[in-house]
Amino acid sequence: MAIDCLVLGAGQEVGKSCVVVTINGKRIMFDCGMHMAYNDHRQYPDFSRISKSCDFNNAIDCIVITHFHLDHIGALPYFTEICGYNGPIYMTYPTRALAPIMLEDYRKVLVDRRGEVEQFTSDHIAECMKKVIAVDLKQTVQVDKDLQIRAYYAGHVLGAAMFYAKVGDSAMVYTGDYNMTPDRHLGAARIDRLQLDLLITDFDFHGICLVFQFTFCKCYNSEIEYRNSLFIDYAAAVSDTVDYIIVSYLISLPCPEMEALAFGLRSTYATTVRDSKYAREREFLKAAASSVLHTAVASILSFVVIIVVHKCVAGGGKVLIPAFALGRAQELCILLDDYWERMNLRVPIYFSAGLTIQANMYYKMLISWTSQKVKETYNAFDFKNVHNFDRSLIDAPGPCVLFATPGMLTGGFSLEVFKHWAPSEMNLITLPGYCLAGTIGNKLMSGNPTIELEGTKIDVRCQIHQLAFSPHTDGKGIMDLVKFLSPQHVILVHGEKPKMATLKERIQSELGIKCCDPANNESVCIPSTHYVKAGASDAFIRSCLNPNFQFLKSGSEEKSVSGSKCTEGTLPLWIKDERVAEGILVLEKSEKAKVVHQDELLLMLGEKRHEVQFAYCCPVNVDELEKFTTTSLTPTARMLRDPNKSSLIRLLVAKLSRKLSEGNIQDFGEHLQVESFHLSVCLKDTCPYRITNGLEDKPRTAFFCCTWSAADDKLARKIISAMENRDLVET
Amino acid sequence: MKFTCLCQGGGFNFPPCHILNVSGFHVLFDCPLDLSALTVFSPLPNDFYKAICKENSDSQNRQKVEKPLDANDLIFAEPWYKTVNNLHLWNVSFIDVVLISSPMGMLGLPFLTRMEGFSAKIYITEAAARIGQLMMEELICMNMEYRQFYGAEESSGPQWMKWEELELLPSALRKIALGEDGSELGGGCPCIAHVKDCISKVQTLRFGEEACYNGILIIKAFSSGLDIGACNWIISGAKGNIAYISGSNFASGHAMDFDYRAIQGSDLILYSDLSSLDSTEDIDQSSFSDDNNNWEELMNSLSNYDESVEEMEKLAFICSCAIDSVKAGGSVLIPINRVGVFLQLLEQIAIFMECSSLKIPIYIISSVAEELLAYTNTIPEWLCKQRQEKLFSGDPLFAHVKLIKEKKIHVFPAVHSPKLLMNWQEPCIVFSPHWSLRLGPTIHLLRRWSGDHNSLLVLENEVDAELAVLPFKPISMKASESSTLTKDTATEVSSVSRGMEDSCQFFRCYFILSLPLFRK
Repeated sequence: MAIDCLVLGAGQEVGKSCVVVTINGKRIMFDCGMHMAYNDHRQYPDFSRISKSCDFNNAIDCIVITHFHLDHIGALPYFTEICGYNGPIYMTYPTRALAPIMLEDYRKVLVDRRGEVEQFTSDHIAECMKKVIAVDLKQTVQVDKDLQIRAYYAGHVLGAAMFYAKVGDSAMVYTGDYNMTPDRHLGAARIDRLQLDLLITDFDFHGICLVFQFTFCKCYNSEIEYRNSLFIDYAAAVSDTVDYIIVSYLISLPCPEMEALAFGLRSTYATTVRDSKYAREREFLKAAASSVLHTAVASILSFVVIIVVHKCVAGGGKVLIPAFALGRAQELCILLDDYWERMNLRVPIYFSAGLTIQANMYYKMLISWTSQKVKETYNAFDFKNVHNFDRSLIDAPGPCVLFATPGMLTGGFSLEVFKHWAPSEMNLITLPGYCLAGTIGNKLMSGNPTIELEGTKIDVRCQIHQLAFSPHTDGKGIMDLVKFLSPQHVILVHGEKPKMATLKERIQSELGIKCCDPANNESVCIPSTHYVKAGASDAFIRSCLNPNFQFLKSGSEEKSVSGSKCTEGTLPLWIKDERVAEGILVLEKSEKAKVVHQDELLLMLGEKRHEVQFAYCCPVNVDELEKFTTTSLTPTARMLRDPNKSSLIRLLVAKLSRKLSEGNIQDFGEHLQVESFHLSVCLKDTCPYRITNGLEDKPRTAFFCCTWSAADDKLARKIISAMENRDLVET
Repeated sequence: MKFTCLCQGGGFNFPPCHILNVSGFHVLFDCPLDLSALTVFSPLPNDFYKAICKENSDSQNRQKVEKPLDANDLIFAEPWYKTVNNLHLWNVSFIDVVLISSPMGMLGLPFLTRMEGFSAKIYITEAAARIGQLMMEELICMNMEYRQFYGAEESSGPQWMKWEELELLPSALRKIALGEDGSELGGGCPCIAHVKDCISKVQTLRFGEEACYNGILIIKAFSSGLDIGACNWIISGAKGNIAYISGSNFASGHAMDFDYRAIQGSDLILYSDLSSLDSTEDIDQSSFSDDNNNWEELMNSLSNYDESVEEMEKLAFICSCAIDSVKAGGSVLIPINRVGVFLQLLEQIAIFMECSSLKIPIYIISSVAEELLAYTNTIPEWLCKQRQEKLFSGDPLFAHVKLIKEKKIHVFPAVHSPKLLMNWQEPCIVFSPHWSLRLGPTIHLLRRWSGDHNSLLVLENEVDAELAVLPFKPISMKASESSTLTKDTATEVSSVSRGMEDSCQFFRCYFILSLPLFRK
């Protein structure tokens, strides 16, 4: 039996996650994503590799979707409605609720903005979603008689899950994107310690890549002000997988928390600190920083955004936050609303119509999937300061904060507002996420002072501020997870090749786990576990039940611990009962495996018992023997001049009983016996067991023929070395 | 395996209690309180003087002559709560596992966990634990009113519990207080610390989550459809699976449906709750005797038989009664009984009011209502298909979210909340605890409206209405007994098992026990 793993997407690349795994004959498709960067056939996984005849219903037992991001679910309507897959699809409740929104959003962008032909319609999405079976975390779902799946919390986005799949004795986990450190509104990934043959983990291209910077366009009035403001800029490589962190921000704000943050960030992540002025305040800040350090980097950065936004509205400016409907917008909004509440700010926060009041409804109902902190407050997504935005408010005077869709300023309402607000220096545009190349958001980030839009030039004089970090897992997170689960094999997907190669090396060398990173359309075959159930015979079970007591007197140390109470002869007795059962595993063809007791085996096989006997003819110098004994046994000395069998034996017994502490030496006159060790005088000239290397020449050498069974080998060798006058040091 | 019935229970609010000995472990199913026994206590008197008079006079006045019960026969004291008596026959330290099937099955847990030597592992579904905790907190809060009135308990135990006092009780009351054999008694109300302690000992599960006890038993909870979070259990050991079916409901308007697929393949099925078997009409058996019928068909026929429709009809009946009363200028008092039904009723009444274009305020007066209402909107995983569809389309799971926002429903923690006093408007519709009519805001409102013949009191038929309203007599208020909702699916469950026997290809069902079988 083996596990076959066919990587249809995200093999050594980022985008369109799709892996088809065959475990013991059951075929599961994990994720069904699309690649955002392509418009041709490359945007979807090559489904024809699953089944030449395109009979997917028979080829695949179920589809499992980890979360609602398009690179994990984008191709699903295409696969079910156009390719005709009708089987079950599993995803968590939040994913089931939020995925249609993401898909519909994407479809609209395709059709409305790019003017492209849609690959699937709204109806397709709705039809596709009807086939979905929503699952809860940790719920063990019996897909069919043999296949079992279970979701674990992944913490990447709301409803993100890692999936465990088990067929027979083989088990695997497919992680999707996950997050090992708790986020502001999501918890960290949690999984049981499972016995796994295979772990397929997303590597993800961002690593932890935290970019946080101000870009001042020409709105920046004076260079002097720029310098005077306490400006910290550093880039630091934290670990090999973390790419870079650039944190640069204004710290002129009268906020001690802010400074503490700067310190916290620096001491955690920076290796180079350029600012010497700042170092003076180190002692003062240390205390403050310690309270911040434990919070995740993500929350620190989000917090910085808040401060920046506050600064802008305090100056009477308008803040535009272009965001996608789900995820970052809600997270920032929790923070903003909370901050507004604490600072008693009256500046309105708006949500543009398309977004988010609706999305907030989802978040409210799915609050049990967020972090513990958010969960404890039932009304976390009940924003008090948030209102619906009306088009007429665009040019209304006074400060405000506006969340508008879509993110990256790709078009729609956010772009419309951008046109109105960008020319004013007072305003601020916060880009709370990664901006794809080619989007307006990306152009702003590169510091373009003028943006051409539909023929008109827009003079961008407002402040631009980007918070780009990805809530994906990092190198350390992957290592931690792999170490925790200790699977037999690891497959890395969804990452850039060189970085995955580095991690692959680490997993193999540090953890000693086999690891590979197949390219797209490659297939990997991995041996799987197969347990054999073995019956146990009655005799074996009885032998297991035999107690194996050992009574140990407690040492003096224990006595002193237990105090003076038990000194009077009531030494605590330690009883050890470590049972070791010996049995024989019998595996016969066409019969069930069985564990039997060794006595039963012969009966079962109908064979006779063979015993291994050792034999050795041991030479002993009689003189030495006498010398050894005369000191204590003078009267018998004379008798020894004429040695006979029994006297030799008696001498030997005397000698051995001094040298040996163990064993009960029995003297039978003609021979002596210790356990199975049997010794008698050998009078033969040539004994087959005698090692003759010139010993015969020596006079007064008596030979003793010894035989013993394998069980008493150790004892026998001790006796022999004692007889030969070798030291009893271990041979 | 050994299965012992500790208590047959009585209806929804008092689920049965059993002990199962399997693979050498003692598994206790449910730990309820018999709250219907609260009726032997008098509701909080209006004035202190009356209570004192009663205390002084009663020992002389009471005779052993049987006469119709009178409000003064009730016990004037802080109530005691009746736990499952037979549980005391067991050494609690021998219980290894406690499985709680519903929020109601949890109420007696603080009594158990505070006993010395108790060390069992308690499993309960997450939703049931949360709702159960809220119910316990509410009970304590309501009981506090009594404690403030009567003062702290004497160390020797309450006065009324002295034997001679109990002997003087009218026989009907004595039977409730002491049980058939006169040996049952309860305990004083636990305090909030006990509840906290009890909750901290609980391990919560989700439907279908595998919990491994001691490496030997695998315990899984599956939806029973009775109430939000209520569940049936499957215990898998080395030698097979045992399914424990608590009171179950095939199609509910709120909780997730009875998960019958989960019990497929069980080696043994234990039906614990057939208490309402006699009250339900026999299902036409001929439909199942057909050889060709299979499991799926059977299930379809059962869900088509559709309790939810029946349930909705009953809810509609209550609503129309309520509307009539309100139109006549009276108020409506609905004691909160089951969480799921309460939520449905809220929705229905709002719809009815909309239809008849009435603008009558709906008040919910309960110390935990706000939390409960907020919580129930965040648990799509525990609700029925229709409600889950609401999540998927982005609507609130229950309509109360919208109604509260529109200020059609007002939620207050207590009768004396300043906001309530400012807002109060009659006629109105009030939901408040407790259904026994002995605790909570209900007693105050019932006293207020008992003389108004236009007002309406909605009671479930599980409650002994005669005894319940006794202290409020003379009563001219209408009382509508809603026989709703209590309908258990015992008959259906047993017909399912019949179906199982028929369709062997689906089931490997060796034998079916119907209970109670053994009594200790």
